[in-house]
Amino acid sequence: MDDTVTRVRTTYRDAMREALREALRRDERVFLMGEDVGRYGGSYAVSKGLLEEFGEERIRDTPLSESGFVGAGIGAALNGTLPIVEVMTCNFSLLALDQIVNNAATIRHMSGGQFSVPIVIRMATGAGRQLAAQHSHSFEGWYAHIPGIRIVAPATLEDARGMLWTALMDPDPVIMFENALLYNLEGELAPDAGAVDIDHASVRRAGDDLTLVTYGGSLGKTLQAADELARNGVNAEVIDLRTLRPLDTVAIFGSLARTHRMVIVDEGWKSGALAAEIMARAMEESFYELDAPIARVCGAEVPIPYARHLEEAAIPQVATIVDAALRTLNKHV
Amino acid sequence: MSGPEPSPDFLALTRDEALELARTMIRIRRFEEKCAELYAAGKIRGFLHLYIGEEAVAVGAMQALKPEDAILATYREHGHALARGIPARTIMAEMYGKYEGCSHGRGGSMHVFDAHARFYGGNAIVGGGLPLAVGFALADKLMHRTALTACFFGEGAVAEGEFHESLNLAALWKLPVLFLCENNLYAMGTALERSEADTDLCEKARSYRVEAHSVDGMDVLAVMQASAEAAARVRAGTGPQFLELKTYRFRAHSMFDAELYRTKAEVEQWKKRCPLAAFRQKVMQEGLLDESGWARMEAAVEAEISAAVSYAEAGTWEPVEQLTRDVYTEHSAAGRLATEC
Repeated sequence: MDDTVTRVRTTYRDAMREALREALRRDERVFLMGEDVGRYGGSYAVSKGLLEEFGEERIRDTPLSESGFVGAGIGAALNGTLPIVEVMTCNFSLLALDQIVNNAATIRHMSGGQFSVPIVIRMATGAGRQLAAQHSHSFEGWYAHIPGIRIVAPATLEDARGMLWTALMDPDPVIMFENALLYNLEGELAPDAGAVDIDHASVRRAGDDLTLVTYGGSLGKTLQAADELARNGVNAEVIDLRTLRPLDTVAIFGSLARTHRMVIVDEGWKSGALAAEIMARAMEESFYELDAPIARVCGAEVPIPYARHLEEAAIPQVATIVDAALRTLNKHV
Repeated sequence: MSGPEPSPDFLALTRDEALELARTMIRIRRFEEKCAELYAAGKIRGFLHLYIGEEAVAVGAMQALKPEDAILATYREHGHALARGIPARTIMAEMYGKYEGCSHGRGGSMHVFDAHARFYGGNAIVGGGLPLAVGFALADKLMHRTALTACFFGEGAVAEGEFHESLNLAALWKLPVLFLCENNLYAMGTALERSEADTDLCEKARSYRVEAHSVDGMDVLAVMQASAEAAARVRAGTGPQFLELKTYRFRAHSMFDAELYRTKAEVEQWKKRCPLAAFRQKVMQEGLLDESGWARMEAAVEAEISAAVSYAEAGTWEPVEQLTRDVYTEHSAAGRLATEC
């Protein structure tokens, strides 16, 4: 069957909305809660129209009380519901960090395994919209530091459409990082697109010369960089981590064992970033596979600046990824 | 035991019910005294926060709760756990860090959990349990259940943002939460008047349109009556209620506290209002029990505590190979991958 005929044109935003709609229809225990998710339609318009379809009880606007409503989501998850809590951006999630770290991530363990916290917390992340230093953070690396929670970062339409239901079915807390630049991403999706696995990384482009590891908002840039590398005769493999905790090290080091070279692209600040963790594990587990030092393309060590040229310089770009890849291959341009 | 039924001073309690209040307060007092002893002997480690002096609060409030209600408490929660019916032996084994403990030794003194009792900790972040309580009640409301959620916290939590966010949310959404503020006057070593511009806790609750009452927390019958009334209003569906239970901790904040922030005279003054002694006197005056009857009750409690200690002593240490258990749900893929990594 010709797939292209039946595929549906959509956006990341609409795919995410469909995922929410499906979850709300499928299970009466599911509800969505957060700042401006209802009347306003969601700060990124993801939940637009859901209030009309599901009503105020299940599409629940909250006051600006991040700790209060994230904690309430955790309590509701402990008490037999499946809450989806939207935190407008990950910057604001710091106000709920106590609830996420001290309760969601610990209660299963502290109770000796008696209780699960099946909550999904969604938050926008990432720079690139000239929103300066308090609206542009990438905290997924921080959250990935914490045992007891799972971190996912949908970077494609399929994952925007399919990760939510799987995350809801996970008995443990899941935080979903949605890079805000992705909401307008357009593409095609199978009409029957649905739940996807959230256990494995995915090879988004196959190649033999080196491995580019990335996730979320940097996937598009990394794929563009791989295209440019191809024009230079370099065949790069691109791995989309998809799940940042736990890391699918089998996929990462399987690729490294074939290409022997790796560049990690991560919008988080370089010091202590997720990229640093992947590098460290590569040293521990795949040292003898390496033909060159692993390179990182990360966020610069600076609060994200407002001015466009400075903001662009502060986060990974196609050119810096290409440059790092070529240096790793000793093909410095 | 048989004897005369109590007068109306004992609310509408039967003799057995009245004596059960006494027995539970004795159990908490003796359990905590034993814990202090075991701490000195090095059997219990970490932080240990004793409830001695505050027994009437947990015992009185717990009478208003039904089996389907959820309970959230603080790191000073042994009394609540005992009053809720969690066996003394599993709480004691938890203090020892044994696998037979109610939280399998993963929580310790500050994190008593029990699914059967719907007892959800044991939260050692001041104010951290309040948003959870809002969520428990929200889930009950969404799922059309009739349970309420009882949330115990100290007056120190009133200074936390989570207190204000939670009272507002519970009131805004008319959720069935019974907020039980145990005002023992000190947040660790900081007196209420040194931390709050306005020390009237009920006024703070009322500012969120939550009905609030202040209660003598040293009088188990007063606590019981106020809790029953507040719980009935919560169950009627009008939204949350707030009770300030005025009490006092006779012991230090934890086992590391030199108590530099209060005078011995003040402590002695409060000890004269000991909730257990006061209720004992009331029981005696009423003729519900004589000296030998009371002594028999004490002896039975002592036997229970002693058995709890034996149970904890005989408990086992979880194999270190199981260290990463219960970080993720065993059967979930996340758990598998985490173990592999």
